[in-house]
Amino acid sequence: MSQTAAQLATALRRARRDATAEVTVLADRPDATVVRCGHVVAKAHPPGTDPAELAVRVGVAAHPRCAGILLPPVDGMAALPDGRQVTLWPYGEPVAPEAPDAAPWVEAGKLLARLHAVPVAELPGPLPAMRGPVKAARAIARLRAAALPDGVATRAVLRAWAGLPGWARGVGRAGRGDRMDRMDRGDCTDQQGARALCHGDLHLGQLIRHRATDWRLIDIDDLGLGDPAWDLARPAAWYAAGLLAPEDWERFLGAYRAAGGSAAGQRDPWPRLDVPARALTVQTAALALVKAAAAGRALDEAEEAMVEASVRIARFMEAAG
Amino acid sequence: MQCPKCHAPMHTYNRNGVQIEQCSGCRGIFLDYGELEALTRLESQWTQAVPPAPPGAPQAYPAAPAWGAPQHGHHGGHHGHHKRGFGHMLFSS
Repeated sequence: MSQTAAQLATALRRARRDATAEVTVLADRPDATVVRCGHVVAKAHPPGTDPAELAVRVGVAAHPRCAGILLPPVDGMAALPDGRQVTLWPYGEPVAPEAPDAAPWVEAGKLLARLHAVPVAELPGPLPAMRGPVKAARAIARLRAAALPDGVATRAVLRAWAGLPGWARGVGRAGRGDRMDRMDRGDCTDQQGARALCHGDLHLGQLIRHRATDWRLIDIDDLGLGDPAWDLARPAAWYAAGLLAPEDWERFLGAYRAAGGSAAGQRDPWPRLDVPARALTVQTAALALVKAAAAGRALDEAEEAMVEASVRIARFMEAAG
Repeated sequence: MQCPKCHAPMHTYNRNGVQIEQCSGCRGIFLDYGELEALTRLESQWTQAVPPAPPGAPQAYPAAPAWGAPQHGHHGGHHGHHKRGFGHMLFSS
């Protein structure tokens, strides 16, 4: 157990006034530590999280307009001795990692459609920008910093990245502390000026079953205003890489559209999804290269598929000029 | 019929019109005379039967981007949930 996890456990036990309550560590990574005690889960947010932005994001999750979509928080925010922000949430059952075939793609599509339809003017503000592009940029920065031996994979990932428009690379923004008002001045215009409440980091770990039946979206660290196509783009990238089965992709996209989601157009979704799916492909490939190199292991098949997709993106862009 | 290798009972299955016997014990497969050729013939018909879809034609597979994996639009491409590591990737940022 890391020091952060131990401190979170102490804080949770104190909140429950039970010094011996059983605590389970659900996640313990440099960017997020999550521990559970009974019905409550405490999350230590990444170091450097802007407290004001986090408060707005937690306020959005608690807002009645997001009821039934985002998991609402449990009252009580705190900070750890090292300054990391802590939020409390009800425990919910996650998607079983050993049964990805039973993944709730339909529910994920429905929840995203409803999230994207939330009237942002009624939410607490100022609503920060969705952090998807900033996280993609961070993954590329990690790849550059890792200074891996010059290889085909790294070069392709960087070339594919360079071909993306500025908005998808988080360009023109300082990232943390930067607000939409600055973005709206035109230094970061995404496609079709699409603006909606976005999750910003959708994957299957972001869905939990609340009260045994209803699925909810969790993890509001990257939530904010942005192009809602970003939220569809990770499954889209998996599908394009040949990883996600066509049936699963169709179920996800179909459920999203049936629930009124508009980020994928009416027929061919790729005019809208192409740029964010390329960004997420490159992000995933970059992190895979960094992590595999750090662990001294080869890429697994799925990581290889994302790197191959990056190679095709780079080649395609060269062909297209 | 009993498996010549492990002697467990063999069950008959129909695969695209070809009868094959599979052992309930070691999962080995027994093919009658000509059945291997029949399967090979079926396989080649299957591969030939998927010319690239003409523009505007209804797609058997959902649309994919130009940089998508080559198996898109081709039957028999192996997909995802079988690729090592994808189960983990589904859950990570």
